[in-house]
Amino acid sequence: MVPISYYLVLAAILFSLGIAAYLVKRNVITIFISIELMLNAVNLTFIAFAHQWNKLNGQIFVFFVMVVAAAEAAVGLAIIIALFRSRQTLNVDQVNLLKG
Amino acid sequence: MHLSDFQLFVLITIIKIAVVLVITLTAVAYTVLLERKVIGRIQNRWGPSRVGPFGLLQPLADGIKLFLKEDLMPMSVERPLFVAAPVIALACALVSVAVVPFGATFKIQGVDIFQVSNVNIGLLVILGITSIGVYGIALSGWSSNNKYSLMGSLRASSQVISYELALGLSLVGVVLRAGSLNLRDIVNSQIGHGFLSWNFFGGLQFVGFFIYLMAAYAETNRAPFDLPEAESELVAGYHTEYSSMKFAMFFMAEYANMLTVSCVATLLFFGGASSPFEGWLPAFGPAWLQAILPIFWFVAKVFAFLFLYIWVRATLPRFRYDQLMSFGWKFLLPLAMANILATSLIMALRS
Amino acid sequence: MNELVDTIMHLALFLIFGGLAVLAALNLLLQRHPINSALSLVVVMMSLAVLYWSLGAEFLAAAQIIVYSGAVMVLFVFVIMLLNAGEEERTKGSKIASIAGFPGAAAIFCLLSFVFLSEGHKLGLSHLGGSLDEATSNISQISSLLFTDLLLPFEVTSILILVAILGAVVLAKKER
Repeated sequence: MVPISYYLVLAAILFSLGIAAYLVKRNVITIFISIELMLNAVNLTFIAFAHQWNKLNGQIFVFFVMVVAAAEAAVGLAIIIALFRSRQTLNVDQVNLLKG
Repeated sequence: MHLSDFQLFVLITIIKIAVVLVITLTAVAYTVLLERKVIGRIQNRWGPSRVGPFGLLQPLADGIKLFLKEDLMPMSVERPLFVAAPVIALACALVSVAVVPFGATFKIQGVDIFQVSNVNIGLLVILGITSIGVYGIALSGWSSNNKYSLMGSLRASSQVISYELALGLSLVGVVLRAGSLNLRDIVNSQIGHGFLSWNFFGGLQFVGFFIYLMAAYAETNRAPFDLPEAESELVAGYHTEYSSMKFAMFFMAEYANMLTVSCVATLLFFGGASSPFEGWLPAFGPAWLQAILPIFWFVAKVFAFLFLYIWVRATLPRFRYDQLMSFGWKFLLPLAMANILATSLIMALRS
Repeated sequence: MNELVDTIMHLALFLIFGGLAVLAALNLLLQRHPINSALSLVVVMMSLAVLYWSLGAEFLAAAQIIVYSGAVMVLFVFVIMLLNAGEEERTKGSKIASIAGFPGAAAIFCLLSFVFLSEGHKLGLSHLGGSLDEATSNISQISSLLFTDLLLPFEVTSILILVAILGAVVLAKKER
């Protein structure tokens, strides 16, 4: 038997690493990947709580998160491809035209 | 020395894994020989016949040859991924055999010996492991730093992702009929009236089976969908830069995938290890024969599928790439959805 | 199996796969090449799938593998291969980001784990899902909940996916 709080701490570690990668990385794709890592960390907490209270709603929420993440990945990667076509770069520092 | 229940369980499981692995690898080696023999006969020549009686030791000779070849490492490859890719491909191909029940339920010391592990979501496990196998192909092409490899792996991965949808949806009809994702339950839902209760005949799943068969050819990158390794365009596709055992691992992965796909087709559409005369002929013979006989039927059905695979390869020409994609997305996918609708409608009307 | 074996197995699963997930996430952070980061995320997802399974969510474990690591991440790897993304270079922006980013992430981690560990005794213990055998399965419960109480959200997600498909096609289409 493992205390539920261990799972939550694991999720916290993964979430913080995701935040760090999100802030530090300069490549659009890697930034997108770190968003997925954060979503996964949150999913772990949902499943841990669903297990603890013996309710399936948490699992179904994770199911919806997965569906939305898949849709998000499709659109996000299409945006990245369009971005690369117009700028020939994936570095977010060089994609700042709106800033003027 | 007296073993506790848990230790006995672990011991039997390890023995089971070792035996299944050895049998699978041997079957993979002999599938290669079968393919060469059958294609030889179809093309009006002999096929390998020199090593051993009827060329039966040819797989051994091939293995020794591949072992002794120089293991080339091209200059500017991504070294870790280049080495990892064949391992991923072979591991994913072999792991899915773990959930296949290849005999009737037969327990020794409370452990089912004709299935490595009876998982409650066995079908999803197989689908998941198959979808992980794409990484082996994708990474091999990317890490080889060769345009033909990259083209081959891009083709292979887009093809596998596209056909995975049709593959998954074609199995929904079977899952609806069985009401379970456990492979043992799916097999048990098809016994009673001999071959008439198999999903292919009695379950009216022949459309689903057709879709599954087409998607499975594409999933395993076999003819007529073997564009990733179309030698007239891409040298050898994603394994152009590989040699020696690394190449052999890709080769074995391809045939192990064929074997897995045939096992799944047997389990889902043709009653798995049940005999075609189940329920009509009374059970005969001693207990050991009744345990062995289902395995014989299972092997016979899998063998028939492998033969079909080889037959198709020797007969049909290769598709063009746009034909492949439009066939998958515009024909198989809508057909699979229609099959789900029809199956659930019939089931709802019957109940 | 008795209680002790159950506890040991659960703890071992948690330590092995939790540790693997943390190592892979660290690797994601430290690697410079996007394809290495993507593959590290695949490892994280597969270890999380094992943890889901041990928490009794076997359907989500399979969905995690099939949807996330089998489809979404393959798409990522595919795009990285297609755009031939190289190693990222260090710019002025990345220095500022790492100066601000690492302490910020560390602070969030400290806050979260402080809360979880101080409230840990109220959260209780988890039992091994009991779903590793063939007998039990919660897939039918999930699906009946999904198709009765939560039918509307379920249908709305299908519309969302349709919109996402159209959006992706329009965005990625070559302009003429």
